[in-house]
Amino acid sequence: MRIALFITCFNDTLYPQTGRAVVRLLERLGHTVEFPRAQTCCGQMHFNTGYRPEALSMVRRFAKVFAGYECVVTPSGSCAGMIREHHRTIAGQYGDAKLQAAVETVSPRVHELSELLVDVLGVTDVDAYFPHRVTYHPTCHSLRMLRVGDKPLRLLRAVKGIDLMELPEADGCCGFGGTFALKNPDVSTAMLADKVHCVQSTGAEVLTAGDNSCLMHISGSLNRLRTGIGSLHLAEILAATEGDAR
Amino acid sequence: MSGTTADSLVWLGTPSFPEAARTAVADGRLRANLRGATRTIRARRSTLAAELSDWEELRTSAAAVKRNALRHLDTHLIRLEAAVTAAGGTVHWAADAAEANRIVTGLVAATGEREVVKVKSMATQEIGLNEALATAGIRAYETDLAELIVQLGDDRPSHILVPAIHKNRSEIRDLFRDSMAAWGRPAPEGLSDDPAALAEAARRHLREKFLRVKVAVSGANFAAADTGTVAVVESEGNGRMCLTLPDTLITVMGIEKVLPSFADLEVFLQLLPRSSTGERMNPYTSLWTGTTDGDGPQDFHLVLLDNGRTATLRDTVGRQALACIRCSACLNVCPVYERTGGHSYGSVYPGPIGAVLTPQLAGIEHAPSLPFASTLCGACYDACPVKIDIPEVLVHLRARAVDSKRGPVPTAEALVMKAAAATLATPHTLTAAQWVGALGGRLLSRQGVLRSLPGPLAHWSRTRDTPAPARGTFRAWWRRTHRQEGR
Repeated sequence: MRIALFITCFNDTLYPQTGRAVVRLLERLGHTVEFPRAQTCCGQMHFNTGYRPEALSMVRRFAKVFAGYECVVTPSGSCAGMIREHHRTIAGQYGDAKLQAAVETVSPRVHELSELLVDVLGVTDVDAYFPHRVTYHPTCHSLRMLRVGDKPLRLLRAVKGIDLMELPEADGCCGFGGTFALKNPDVSTAMLADKVHCVQSTGAEVLTAGDNSCLMHISGSLNRLRTGIGSLHLAEILAATEGDAR
Repeated sequence: MSGTTADSLVWLGTPSFPEAARTAVADGRLRANLRGATRTIRARRSTLAAELSDWEELRTSAAAVKRNALRHLDTHLIRLEAAVTAAGGTVHWAADAAEANRIVTGLVAATGEREVVKVKSMATQEIGLNEALATAGIRAYETDLAELIVQLGDDRPSHILVPAIHKNRSEIRDLFRDSMAAWGRPAPEGLSDDPAALAEAARRHLREKFLRVKVAVSGANFAAADTGTVAVVESEGNGRMCLTLPDTLITVMGIEKVLPSFADLEVFLQLLPRSSTGERMNPYTSLWTGTTDGDGPQDFHLVLLDNGRTATLRDTVGRQALACIRCSACLNVCPVYERTGGHSYGSVYPGPIGAVLTPQLAGIEHAPSLPFASTLCGACYDACPVKIDIPEVLVHLRARAVDSKRGPVPTAEALVMKAAAATLATPHTLTAAQWVGALGGRLLSRQGVLRSLPGPLAHWSRTRDTPAPARGTFRAWWRRTHRQEGR
């Protein structure tokens, strides 16, 4: 299958290894990945902070760049949620009929990684090998906006060698919330402390999730506290094989 | 919007949410009390909701009834007025808090009484009725246990349903011992913090008031337009006392509480107790229709309160907040509320619903930080029995808050957002910014980690490390490894 990759500005800049893992994984599964180079950002930060008109050009760019693709994947639940749920809102409020029509066509074709694998490609065992103790944090937008359910866990359970630990209070928000962490630093930190405590209680070596933004937030504290617990995007675990010297 | 509206609905002098939250988060006892209480209610609610096989259908029906009621609000209210009048009640219309207070104060004064008993009511808190009555020399006694605790402590409620959620039982024992005497019957000697003993002390204290006071003031959970029936649900029986013993009953009700028909109650009387207290039924459900000769209050007044609701109805996205049945399920699942408590919201309506209701009723300029008091995690939407899409309204109101500050001189945040939008406008500008960021990041980092960040990011790096920008971006890697010419 020909799949377009929306890498997200955040992964592109700070976590390029996640994008490389997505490409490697999908190519291993026999698919063709394309990276439309004119892409930039989904506009979530602007939309969620109240700067809607400023997000319009990004919505327009996204609709144009991905217009020719039947299937788009992105390694971020929150960016996928932004595109599927809110591009319509911005196009309706500030765009013309042409943009609205373009958004209606493109948005539903966008999938978060676990959705693409399980729903579109129909695989749960991607032939990965990762012999480590792992715990999974279901990010809020994957959980409640995209409703990915247990798809990421089904994918993880099929990974060979993995020791999957259940995360207590898994569905609790980590306190990131984009600009929330900056606007309400004290509440964000209090939520983060509870999440870190839960992660530590599992005894896992690695924390994984479908969103690098939440992972950056949680691992920022795991590192600061020198817990020794690493973090990896779900794509990186699924892309790992026995050939890797992990 | 009149000044009175904002003054009573929003607590003047409360700092913005982030500032108030800082104090709350630092209070270990408060956090422990909140954590314990919200977790208990949350667990009960989820068990009781799961008991009903048609829970989702009930939510859908409730949402539909409420939206229908709001769409034709004028018609339903006129029918309600006719039905209440026909049943022997008197209907009053209040455009704002000041008018509602004037009406109620006038009605109490006309009876010649100087005291009223009250059953817990959000609407009367919203208008600051107790303070208005006090100014007119009339003493209002709260009879709901938690409201009594708040009143004795000269405190403010912290939760819609459990106003004293921020207090534990030893704090309550101390309060009863120190303050009850000033309000009537003192606490018994040697009062312990055993819940049964505390309840008994409150019961004896309140019983004297129920038997003496001739005027009651209540709110309303629902009112049926077709029959003129008003409903109050509660757990302690204090409401039943207030609604049946006095000679005069004055009910203050937000206009959004009207339901098209009596039959609609069936849906809500299942949803409300399960969503709010995690109970199958409310222990007391009181329904009354006008007056009945020789039985119950002989004089019934219904005050229909607007106070910003009509203005809220004009906002096609924000109006869904008016469907709220004040169950407080959203408070109990909200991770932000759990860490901060209700006082941080600086308003009669705390938590996620308060964050969307308060700025609309009082005007966004009176509560500009509230729509930002959420991570948009969506737990509130999932819990809401009438399916109010609170995250949708939050981001909608954020846009209104930002738009209200747009002017010739942009705010610092607006400048940052504008610069970010310009950076993200094309792959070329993004690549240039990535290059500059990566260079700066690598210069400041040690072993690939940034321990402190400049400017507004300093808050972030106080408790978190940040990875230094990678050596190469994804797009640079792609260019190197994939010859295919992307567009």
